[in-house]
Amino acid sequence: MSEPYVLETRNLIKEFKGFVAVNDVNLKIRQGDIHALIGPNGAGKTTVFNLLTKFLIPTRGQILYKGEDITSLKSPAIARKGIIRSFQISAVFPHMTALENIRVALQTAEGTSFSFWKSGTSLNKLNERSMELLESVGLAEYANTITVELAYGRKRALELATTLAMEPELLLLDEPTQGMGSEDVDRVVELVRKAAQGRTVLMVEHNLSVVSKLCDRITVLAQGAVLTEGDYQTVSADPQVREVYMGSDGSGERGVASAEDDNLEAAQ
Amino acid sequence: MNNSVNSTDIHKVIVAQQKAQDRKKMMVNGVLLLLLLAAPFAFYPVFLMKILCFALFAVAFNLLFGFTGLLSFGHAAFLATGGYTTGYLLSNYSGLTTEMGIIAGTLAATVMGTAFALLSIRRQGIYFAMVTLALAQLVFFFYVQSDFTGGEDGMHGIPRGKLLGVLDLEDNMNMYYFVLAVFIGCYLLVQRIVSSPYGQVLKAIKQNEPRAVSLGYNVDRYKILAFVISAALAGLAGSMKSVVFQLASLNDAHWHMSGEVILMTLVGGMGTLLGPVVGATFVVNVEYQLAQGPLRDWVDPILGGIFVLTVLAFRSGIVGEIQKFMKKNLG
Repeated sequence: MSEPYVLETRNLIKEFKGFVAVNDVNLKIRQGDIHALIGPNGAGKTTVFNLLTKFLIPTRGQILYKGEDITSLKSPAIARKGIIRSFQISAVFPHMTALENIRVALQTAEGTSFSFWKSGTSLNKLNERSMELLESVGLAEYANTITVELAYGRKRALELATTLAMEPELLLLDEPTQGMGSEDVDRVVELVRKAAQGRTVLMVEHNLSVVSKLCDRITVLAQGAVLTEGDYQTVSADPQVREVYMGSDGSGERGVASAEDDNLEAAQ
Repeated sequence: MNNSVNSTDIHKVIVAQQKAQDRKKMMVNGVLLLLLLAAPFAFYPVFLMKILCFALFAVAFNLLFGFTGLLSFGHAAFLATGGYTTGYLLSNYSGLTTEMGIIAGTLAATVMGTAFALLSIRRQGIYFAMVTLALAQLVFFFYVQSDFTGGEDGMHGIPRGKLLGVLDLEDNMNMYYFVLAVFIGCYLLVQRIVSSPYGQVLKAIKQNEPRAVSLGYNVDRYKILAFVISAALAGLAGSMKSVVFQLASLNDAHWHMSGEVILMTLVGGMGTLLGPVVGATFVVNVEYQLAQGPLRDWVDPILGGIFVLTVLAFRSGIVGEIQKFMKKNLG
């Protein structure tokens, strides 16, 4: 039998000068799941992402990808294994066209990325695939638009298309709906659902209605440690989780707390 | 169905635009070439060669600064290394033809560039600039102390010799067309690099490095290659310069020179192909004109003023501002 978990962390720890940002986290991401990582601000969600993709080096612990220890690999090598991440703030190449953005991703597989003597038109063979990807996120008509001129929601869609161009096996999405209006959120939910077919997705998400719609499994982080794990019903019924969200007096959390309330009511 | 037709159409438009842009580039290149071919009949060739050498230096610097986003404050080291190596070889080994001396100078700068790159590439922003400056200062002191450079006096009387043992470079016109040919070759090379698949990756790294990393690019390697090419071309500029003036001096190794190339690139327009060429022409002319007149002691403050003005009011430089203007008013 093949490895049931695509990604596994064992006792993952990250310390910053006397402050433990991620404390003994054991994640198990099942093949084909959309797995959410939620928790209040400062819970260490993005730090976990940074550890998984080696933008930060873990202090202790192990990261396994399909049973193979990848703790010592560097960021580009992790990407080449098929683990591609997105960022909280939209990660696009702002002064390139949408098409060129996609081509940069497709180029990694071409082996011509050091060919400084080759003509730029040699990249035109990637255009067809690029247009397909743009179409799949509804951006075909913007192919020739400089990315910086795209609306925020479209930038996020472009980012997703760029990520998909890498044909990742494991997608790490850092708050894909952050800062979006409600109609954009619905679009992104659909895009993620589509993108997740045949893949595994791990996403950090604040918007709990998105989580409830999309995710098969949820891990709640609080103060760097795993609080609980399970499907949406289990997690939302957990009194500890309620306390973490409601009990925190940080004003930044109010929006999330009330969003969760809405969802609980909707679920009941 | 409808969608895919639509997307093919869009793609056609994009390819047509690419072609139109290429044609425009060719036309600009053609006009410039004609001007440069005719120039020595209207201006003093040695002065033109000075401009071309500095233009090449600035074009090389801009590959790293404008297109890769790395501000090196040590490019004088490569200019000087190219110049001293070529000067030393041509002065001491009469069997060498001129182009062999120049190739050797370029190679020496390439090797030094590789060493600089390996030591500095992991630093970012101001720290990168500081490391390159420190390394260039080490090189400067080495040249001050060494006997073969002539120290403060510089290296004089470098023979121009014969190109390939045939074409007499003592003749200014021959020399000019040789310098021009080298310059055009390098300019076209940089143009090619910028639009190549590799150039696209450089662009991506410059615009969003973490994203490039997350797409699997080992960004340091791409930056190192850009640094080495830039250093090689800067060395070539220094080699040519030492042959043109038959002189290699400490001026070329001084950090002033590293600053001057930044000024040229910024004034002309960083990140544009033509910018450094225009900037070098502008700065060399300003220096020359001022040195003739009563303001000769004020060259540095005036250049400093131009620098401040550029940074405050004309961020994109001469070429960048013109491009913006054309885009706005001519579509």
